[in-house]
Amino acid sequence: MSDASHWSVFVNAALVNNFVLAYFLGICPFFGISAQLETAVRMGGAVSFVMLVASVCAYSINLLLDAVNAPYLRIISYILVIASTVQLVEMLMRKLSPTTFRAMGIYLPLITTNCAILGLALFQTNREYGFTQAIVYALGAGAGFALALVLMAGVREKLDLAEVPELVKGTAAALIVAGILSMGFMGFAGLGR
Amino acid sequence: MLGKEISTTDEFVKGLWRDNPVFVQVLGMCPALAVSNTAINALTMGLATTFVLLMSGICVSALRNFIPREARIVSFICIIASFVTAVDYLIMAISLELHRSLGAFIALIVVNCLILGRAEAFASKNTLGRSVLDALGMGVGFTVALLWIGVVREILGSGSLFGVNLFPDTFQTWTVMVLPSGGFFAMAMWLLLVNRLKQKETEAEKQIQEATP
Amino acid sequence: MNIPGPLQQPPTSAWSMYRAIVGIGALCALLIVTVYETTADRIRENQEKFLARAISEVLPEAQSTIAVALTDDGGLKESVEATTLPVFLGYGAEGKLVGAVVTAQGMGYQDNIRVLYAYSFELDAIVGFKVLDSKETPGLGDKIEKEPHFLANFERLDATLTMDNDALLNPIVTVKQGQKTEAWQLDGITGATITSDAIGKILNASANTWVPVLKQNSQAFSRREPAED
Repeated sequence: MSDASHWSVFVNAALVNNFVLAYFLGICPFFGISAQLETAVRMGGAVSFVMLVASVCAYSINLLLDAVNAPYLRIISYILVIASTVQLVEMLMRKLSPTTFRAMGIYLPLITTNCAILGLALFQTNREYGFTQAIVYALGAGAGFALALVLMAGVREKLDLAEVPELVKGTAAALIVAGILSMGFMGFAGLGR
Repeated sequence: MLGKEISTTDEFVKGLWRDNPVFVQVLGMCPALAVSNTAINALTMGLATTFVLLMSGICVSALRNFIPREARIVSFICIIASFVTAVDYLIMAISLELHRSLGAFIALIVVNCLILGRAEAFASKNTLGRSVLDALGMGVGFTVALLWIGVVREILGSGSLFGVNLFPDTFQTWTVMVLPSGGFFAMAMWLLLVNRLKQKETEAEKQIQEATP
Repeated sequence: MNIPGPLQQPPTSAWSMYRAIVGIGALCALLIVTVYETTADRIRENQEKFLARAISEVLPEAQSTIAVALTDDGGLKESVEATTLPVFLGYGAEGKLVGAVVTAQGMGYQDNIRVLYAYSFELDAIVGFKVLDSKETPGLGDKIEKEPHFLANFERLDATLTMDNDALLNPIVTVKQGQKTEAWQLDGITGATITSDAIGKILNASANTWVPVLKQNSQAFSRREPAED
């Protein structure tokens, strides 16, 4: 179990080492979904939920793998569990909120290949977080991801209305905005120590 | 149905420029930005991804008639995850240091949209030979793109290339380039360049079309 | 997903699904286990070589080492169990105890930092230090690995214990660069404050855990017959 306090784990995951802006995890949906504020919020929520479930599952799987001494099964078991969780979320969303489900389109199943979820599971294993630390870590990461997504969507909505050179429109502009956001988040360094 | 006559060389070359995974398809960006802070990291990541692309492409193509439609994605994920695990241990055996600097990102190759995307879009529908060429082309294109970003970031951000110092100690390194923001900026810069070149290409083609009646 | 019209295929039989999933599963398992077994020896060799080299860097006088671990009641025992944070006792010529080597880890700026440090029983101080694994920012945080004035901290970093030998008398703490006044302080690195602070915290926590136990048990482990090669 790592020495880190729960507060520092949370702040670290959400702000200081934001998953998208510092670790480059979850970039595909970040650039794909962030064009509109509403879908961004929903995506953030979906990812946070999947992260929480994935974190708990990863913790349990890791206990099992340690018990049978099979570390080489880690990658394959993590990714299969994540894929199943996403299927579950998809089914739930289809039942509970069909409009959201349709709005998210292809991006919902794409959460499976969202590096952020697998990255979360792997980092938490590498840093040997205990159970409560893992939960807090997932909550922080989800919050951070949602925050970055919402900020990005807000800026991009405004950008769409501005006069941007043809060459820069789209992904290039989004990348530059992301770079500036990333620099901004570096200001959080040292928080939560 | 019109059969597209794609020459075998074209199968390979398309991954390098026309359908470059990073700059055109905008796939697999996570690793492109995360591990490209030095050239050697970028190169290793590119080669590891190419290995997984190639091997999983071979398996998927060879087994394409054996895997029923409904079990596609699960099978692809299993195959890709196995090869990623394999490459993880191979890198650990070759160089502990390299493995440490890449960290969890080797394992993250499994969620590289590029690999699943190619397996689904191409390898599962084409012969072994073509799949190999496609995988190699995409892999090399990916590696080259990663190297572009990595070289720029390392030269500007650390003043070195592959660990070899290029400038005298008085060189003021542009540190932001090795930080995450630098990754975004470097990628944006190259993307702008690629867009400009492609724009010129289409303009030139249009001119030729208009010139010949 | 149902494709209507002439492209519709008959529903896949359960047998072919079963066959595919089990087949793929078996192939994957075979691949993973083969690679794992083939590389295991080489990897272990690499890790041992790396650790041996690191130990000889921080505690050059040690000619042989034994791995130790904490017992349940806070004592010390020899142990060959694999652990991510190994601790060793180093023996010099004639099997005399020359010091201990401890691995420690903690959160830096970017990710976990793993370090190795040597503790001298004679001097009651940390006398060697090496960064094993860090992902700190190149050019900034990674100065902890090479910056001479930072490494000079570890020529003799005071780790004296209290009278009852159960904790550090003065906690190890990092101070701003140039403001070191006491032997138990770490002169930090401007521009890499968080990383150098983290090193102070990591060493403090680790030393508070290990140094008391090592010191209390040093008599029991003070001699070792040199191993016959």
